[in-house]
Amino acid sequence: MTNEVVIKTDKLTKRFGDFIATNEITFDVYAGEIFGFLGANGAGKTTAMKMLCGLSTPSSGNAAIAGFDIYKQSESIKKNIGYMSQKFSLYEDLTVIENINFFGGIYGMSDKQLNEKRENLIETLGLKNEAKKLVGSLPLGWKQKLAFSVAIFHEPKIVFLDEPTGGVDPVTRRQFWDLIYAASDRGITIFVTTHYMDEAEYCNRVTMMVDGVIKALDTPTKLKEQFSATTMDEVFFELARGAKRKAD
Amino acid sequence: MRTLKFLLQKEFRQIFRNTSILRMIIAMPIIQLLVMPLAADFEIKNINISIVDHDHSSYSQKLIEKIIASGYFKMNDYSNSFNQSFLEFQKDKSDLVLEIPKNFEKELVRENESNLFIAVNAINGTKASVGSAYLSRIISNFNSDIRLDWMQPQKFNQTPTIEIATLNWFNPFLNYPFFMVPGILVVLVTMVGAYMCALNIVKEKEVGTIEQINVTPIKKYHFILGKLIPFWVIGIFIFTLGLFGVARLVYHIVPAGSMLVLYSFLSIYLIALLGIGLIISTYSDTQQQAMSLAFFAMMIFMLMSGLFTSVDSMPEWAKWIARCNPVTYFIDVVRLVVLKGSGFADIKNQFLIMTGMAIFFNGWAVLNYKKTS
Amino acid sequence: MKQFLTFVRKEFYHVFRDPKTLLLLFGMPIAQIILFGFALTNEIKNSNIVICDYANDIASQRIIDKIEASKSFDIKKTILSHQEIEAAFKTGKVKLVIVFPTNFNNELLHLNKAQVQIIADASDPNTASTLTSYASNIIMDYQKELMKNASAPLRINTDVRMIYNPELKGATNFVPGVMALVLLLVCVLMTSVSIVKEKETGTMEILLVSPFNPILVIISKAVPYFFLSLVNLTLILVLSVTLMDMPMNGSYLLLYLASALLILTALALGLLISNSTDSQQSAMLISLMGMLMPTMLFTGFMFPLENMPMPLQYIANAIPSKWYYIIVKSVMIKGLGIASVWKELLILTGMTLFLLVVSIKKFKIRLA
Repeated sequence: MTNEVVIKTDKLTKRFGDFIATNEITFDVYAGEIFGFLGANGAGKTTAMKMLCGLSTPSSGNAAIAGFDIYKQSESIKKNIGYMSQKFSLYEDLTVIENINFFGGIYGMSDKQLNEKRENLIETLGLKNEAKKLVGSLPLGWKQKLAFSVAIFHEPKIVFLDEPTGGVDPVTRRQFWDLIYAASDRGITIFVTTHYMDEAEYCNRVTMMVDGVIKALDTPTKLKEQFSATTMDEVFFELARGAKRKAD
Repeated sequence: MRTLKFLLQKEFRQIFRNTSILRMIIAMPIIQLLVMPLAADFEIKNINISIVDHDHSSYSQKLIEKIIASGYFKMNDYSNSFNQSFLEFQKDKSDLVLEIPKNFEKELVRENESNLFIAVNAINGTKASVGSAYLSRIISNFNSDIRLDWMQPQKFNQTPTIEIATLNWFNPFLNYPFFMVPGILVVLVTMVGAYMCALNIVKEKEVGTIEQINVTPIKKYHFILGKLIPFWVIGIFIFTLGLFGVARLVYHIVPAGSMLVLYSFLSIYLIALLGIGLIISTYSDTQQQAMSLAFFAMMIFMLMSGLFTSVDSMPEWAKWIARCNPVTYFIDVVRLVVLKGSGFADIKNQFLIMTGMAIFFNGWAVLNYKKTS
Repeated sequence: MKQFLTFVRKEFYHVFRDPKTLLLLFGMPIAQIILFGFALTNEIKNSNIVICDYANDIASQRIIDKIEASKSFDIKKTILSHQEIEAAFKTGKVKLVIVFPTNFNNELLHLNKAQVQIIADASDPNTASTLTSYASNIIMDYQKELMKNASAPLRINTDVRMIYNPELKGATNFVPGVMALVLLLVCVLMTSVSIVKEKETGTMEILLVSPFNPILVIISKAVPYFFLSLVNLTLILVLSVTLMDMPMNGSYLLLYLASALLILTALALGLLISNSTDSQQSAMLISLMGMLMPTMLFTGFMFPLENMPMPLQYIANAIPSKWYYIIVKSVMIKGLGIASVWKELLILTGMTLFLLVVSIKKFKIRLA
């Protein structure tokens, strides 16, 4: 983790009519860190992430992602980030190879780069036998790992992961986090939302959102100290007990 | 540009992998093109007529013979009783009832005048007018015939006769499929193009992959071109298959005009049409919605295009709707070029309007499509 | 029963909460009625024709006046050469040209024979033959006039009476057809897509897992469309009877009965289609592309069925809307009762039962 700030937000707010989804959230994310964005369903995590990715325009406040302004330079932001959505993001009716080629190509990778990196990726994920199969036929765990790898294929500065390990078995989850660590070691900043509290332990720093507001922002260790808790679960209960909003 | 190449690769792969849909969008138009022109025939033939003959004279016999010999009418029943024939008429077994009064021949000879009564089933107004027009003409001719026979040879042709010479240009045999096939082809290509395009984009919205695209640096116009081009190609393919496959091989329709002119117009038309499909997709979140909007639009387009009923016969307000309908222009152009060999100069106006429409619809779609909400 | 109503209520919510689908459901019939009633017609009106009058005498003038008086023609008088006529046809702006030769009246009076030329753009054979026929009749009328004045012997007069629709309104022919089209298409489309949608999104599995006979699940999907279609029907009836002077001379009960039958047929068809595909796209393609044109053509309101080659007439017999169309015409326009339409009703009932049995069987097979 370095001291370079890759995501800087200042009172970022999103309103839907009278409903304030995120209320003046302010935080910094440093290059190379694994930044966990925790919270109950309905707390505003996905809304926050969508703003940072350029999928949604903030109602007020400022932010800079990879040095680019969130309002005026959203296309430049997009060149420098990767994204893995909650709903599945690869094309089920294309093969593994075709999906990789497609996403690599639209991020501007040359054919040579593509071929090299693709072979590497397939090797690393152990998908050699499945490379020509339609993605729709793969089991969920493999799809998730593939989706993540495709999201960072073009070596973006930051990758946004929205609840990436939903519905996946513990072994696969562990493997998934191995991939995240490897990416972090390479210098990619990981911004991940989750409500699996044990995953919070894997992050460098976490924030906890409740009712659209950031209630905590620190390393897991320090938070557990602060709330005299032994697990992040307990920290979460402490903070989220008074939450008024229940569902996303 | 590379981005576009990747987008197109993906789109074509997805379309061709969906074999059931692919088969449908090719087979259905072809089958319909084969069957429908045979059905869409306005010519009034086989009109059923009931004849009530109270006279039983040689004149009435001759008249009846002439009516049947004309080939337009099929005699459903022949009787003495009007009520009986009217029953058949009510049951839709006959379309006309001709009543020849008692003493028809006698009155003609003695008083120089006699009346025939014709009842016409006018539920189908056109059939009624045309049917009664045919019958009137046959009766007229019969009238001239008996007059000629009646008059002494020295006094032949006392009355002035006008001879009408009819010339039918471009389609001398009045072949109906000739006229209907190009029009039906246009409608089929239109349906496939617009539906498929709209549904395709909305499906990505429903499934979620569109979010993934919106997050990338793909420009709006790349994405839209990536969606338009494959369906543009498919549209041209189906049109070609229909024109040179079905129309030529089955109906022996050989286009009289320049293919360059036709295909240039087709290209612009498809762009305009797919633009409409795009607009529909930007206003829909689910496939069901897209389908509802598309169906509604297509229905109106089809009815107001001049395919089955002529635009000239519409009231002024309806003509304006027809003028805003891209299908109207293409059907017009297809008929002009294929059947009459019209050239570029003849369809200049249609060309300009279609280009305007293409720009308008696609511009609207591009403006509406937002990567960020 | 209570559970069934729960399902039905959910289906009603689905329908009413989607304004775009409602647009189709109600907007389309209204649009069709208005278009068919006021804009679309088989009549040929306002056709542009050119008259080349080389004669310019009393006879040609008289005939031209008569032609001008007819609504079928919009005339322009100008002299065109053969090439110019061809060019005019090629722009699509002129449909017919009538040519009067130079000494028309003189020849008529002194030689008792004169020729008029009618040149038709026969690329549209229907318009061409109709216009030719109308123009010929007008010329024949003039000839009759001449003969009457000359006191010709043996004059046959015809008294023509138009029955059921004396003003030759297009609406009487079209409205029953539109009713058939709307009821059939909308129901088939909506049912098939709605069922397939549940399959696609996976919610069908949840329904099937519930302690509930799956057949009833499916029926619950059809119920809202059944009622909405009856509402649609009422809407169409009200519009056509008030705005378009569509006659309603028969029994309402009979009409609604027959309509309910057609709706059931359509729903069964929708079910059948939904069983045959897995994606909304295909369900929609089959329902729309596969059924729109055939229904329009084979119901019998756009083109007379008797004109079609025999094999096609047999196909038409398999289209439910064809029988419904006959029933509606008989009841609404002719005011006939059940005694006259029992045969068609029976056929329609038969079709409904057949489709229901086949689709339920197929549904059961898929479940197993």
